[in-house]
Amino acid sequence: MNKMTKDVSGIPHTVPQKPATFTDPVNAEIRRAAATGIYDIRGGGAKRKVPHFDDLLFLGASISRYPLEGYREKCETKVVLGTRFAKKPIELDIPITIAGMSFGSLSGPAKEALGRGASAAGTSTTTGDGGMTEEERGHSDKLIYQYLPSRYGMNPDDLRRCDAIEVVVGQGAKPGGGGMLLGQKISDRVAEMRNLPKGIDQRSACRHPDWTGPDDLEIKILELREITNWEKPIYIKVGGARPYFDTTLAVKAGADVVVLDGMQGGTAATQDVFIEHVGQPTLACIRPAVQALQDLGMHREVQLVVSGGIRTGADVAKALALGADAVSIGTAALIALGDNDPRWEAEYNELGTTAGAYDDWHEGRDPAGITTQDPELMARFDSIAGGRRLSNYLKVMTLEAQTIARACGKNHVHNLEPEDLCALTVEASAMSGVPLAGTNWVPGRDESY
Amino acid sequence: MQTIDMASTELREANSTLQAQKADTNQKAWEIVNPKGSHAIACGLDGPIEVTVRGSTGYYCAGMNKQAHIHIVGSAGPGVAENMMSGTVVIDGDASQYAGATGHGGLLVIKGNASSRCGISMKGIDIVVHGNIGHMSAFMAQSGNLVVLGDAGDALGDSLYEARLFVRGTVKSLGADCIEKEMRPEHLGILKDLLERADADAKPEEFKRYGSARKLYNFDVDNASAY
Ligand SMILES: Cc1cc2nc3c(=O)[nH]c(=O)nc-3n(C[C@H](O)[C@H](O)[C@H](O)COP(=O)(O)O)c2cc1C
Repeated sequence: MNKMTKDVSGIPHTVPQKPATFTDPVNAEIRRAAATGIYDIRGGGAKRKVPHFDDLLFLGASISRYPLEGYREKCETKVVLGTRFAKKPIELDIPITIAGMSFGSLSGPAKEALGRGASAAGTSTTTGDGGMTEEERGHSDKLIYQYLPSRYGMNPDDLRRCDAIEVVVGQGAKPGGGGMLLGQKISDRVAEMRNLPKGIDQRSACRHPDWTGPDDLEIKILELREITNWEKPIYIKVGGARPYFDTTLAVKAGADVVVLDGMQGGTAATQDVFIEHVGQPTLACIRPAVQALQDLGMHREVQLVVSGGIRTGADVAKALALGADAVSIGTAALIALGDNDPRWEAEYNELGTTAGAYDDWHEGRDPAGITTQDPELMARFDSIAGGRRLSNYLKVMTLEAQTIARACGKNHVHNLEPEDLCALTVEASAMSGVPLAGTNWVPGRDESY
Repeated sequence: MQTIDMASTELREANSTLQAQKADTNQKAWEIVNPKGSHAIACGLDGPIEVTVRGSTGYYCAGMNKQAHIHIVGSAGPGVAENMMSGTVVIDGDASQYAGATGHGGLLVIKGNASSRCGISMKGIDIVVHGNIGHMSAFMAQSGNLVVLGDAGDALGDSLYEARLFVRGTVKSLGADCIEKEMRPEHLGILKDLLERADADAKPEEFKRYGSARKLYNFDVDNASAY
């Protein structure tokens, strides 16, 4: 007898139960793969739940530590990046920067809005895999120029008119993977900037074409410095794979700044399997990287910028407390601009999704007009209003981080320290090296860091 | 002729002197002596000057060159003329890996052999190699011309985009999506011009042309084995 039909026998029976392993989304993906023969490609970062900043809490001041007075006692937020070798370090008013997001994945007006918002808040933006556009150079007071394996649009003039150079070795969403931009987004302008045929599915290389390993990288950095008169700070961006060794080698190769992007970090387009299954959570990356800097006597000398899932001033404060000098945001900046806004819900539904879940950025049909090259959709996006929203958001995050820092008695956000934190879970404690709340225990270590 | 002696000049000073020569400079002829394999010699130049390097160079000599004519009287280390925009770079000897990598324009001439990954990711540069080239040359090459008078190693033109490859000798193997293509009159014209400019003693008719089959341009599950 079918269990679902009405039972008249009076014998109790089991409730239909779906397996925890073969969930509806898993089965749907099996059916999709079977129907199409291609892996799922999407934008955004890891969607699975991993230990994160939410699993840490600040202790706040008490008798042993006294707080700073809210409106009267200053809590500084200035950050200087690139003090090791560069003649012209980057001075930022706030410890939050805008991460590299390519023109191509984003529209020109979206890049302009990032520049407007960041400049108004006193921070920098970053180019991406696709070269430098006038929109972003023109509207970003401080622009970091990415040096990527693809070298699309790379040229010495842009190298000289940027404010810092970021050598991209990896990205948290895909440590070990290259870029992707599918045909729908290779418009005439994007094709020309990248020197590619229009409409192709573009795969960028995952390794740099003219260096392998840290010894070569050191010479590559020498060349970049020679071309730019040793003025520009050189950042090295790595995905959260082996943060202790990657940080050590980046410093050895001559980095002024290390940018460390954990697995929750967003991407414009990557295989879902890559996003969800490769790389370490941001939380797990920070302490090993800081430890590497400390072991080399380079903490604060070579600055550490952390990204991957930063959303709030609390996240900023926690990353800084664990030893970062600044953080960087991608996804959150796009949301501030208007990405995944419920006002477009009807159109998200038409695309088979819902606001908050839309991640088919590679298809170029973004209702919010941000992750697209379609002129009609792009026209929906107002770069001035978008820039204002971004600067508001950056200021709110900064105020939040200051609020926490004052509560911990710090007159600079950089004075936050691991001792200000406790962990809510055993996992978060092990990963972040701060004691489990209510104990002085850090799993996996005889003593805390 | 102005001479820079690398035995007594810091790299920074040598490069900034050369980089300061712009379109209106009247010091057009330069010579670098005792390079002794130093890295990043004469990189980032942006003026119509002639630089003769007397000896062999390390990594990234003539990197990102614009306008300048750089002549290496010796051999060149990895990444010579990487990302060149315009001008010419001529190497009398051999070139190590990644010669002309990602170059956007200009002409790179290697009178000897070039190692692996010659012309990798090239984006418009013309490269003429009088000798042989190593494996994975012209990997992901986007545009421009690679001319080889000798033989090519394994996996020539793997994942090629629109660059044209001309080889006179043998090709050990072609990379994914790279095929031999018909040599049409326009290609013979391009070759003739490049051979002349590169001072190469060969006839266009002796070459075979290779290019992209364009099968990997848009994903097709039937090509999955190539990924
Ligand atoms: C739309 C988009 C495009 C991106 N493009 C690039 C890129 O071109 N180069 C790069 O290094 N990282 C790129 N990233 C990654 C970001 O630089 C950054 O590492 C990441 O977004 C940080 O994590 P978050 O999104 O959680 O803030 C991109 C991210 C997004 C969301």
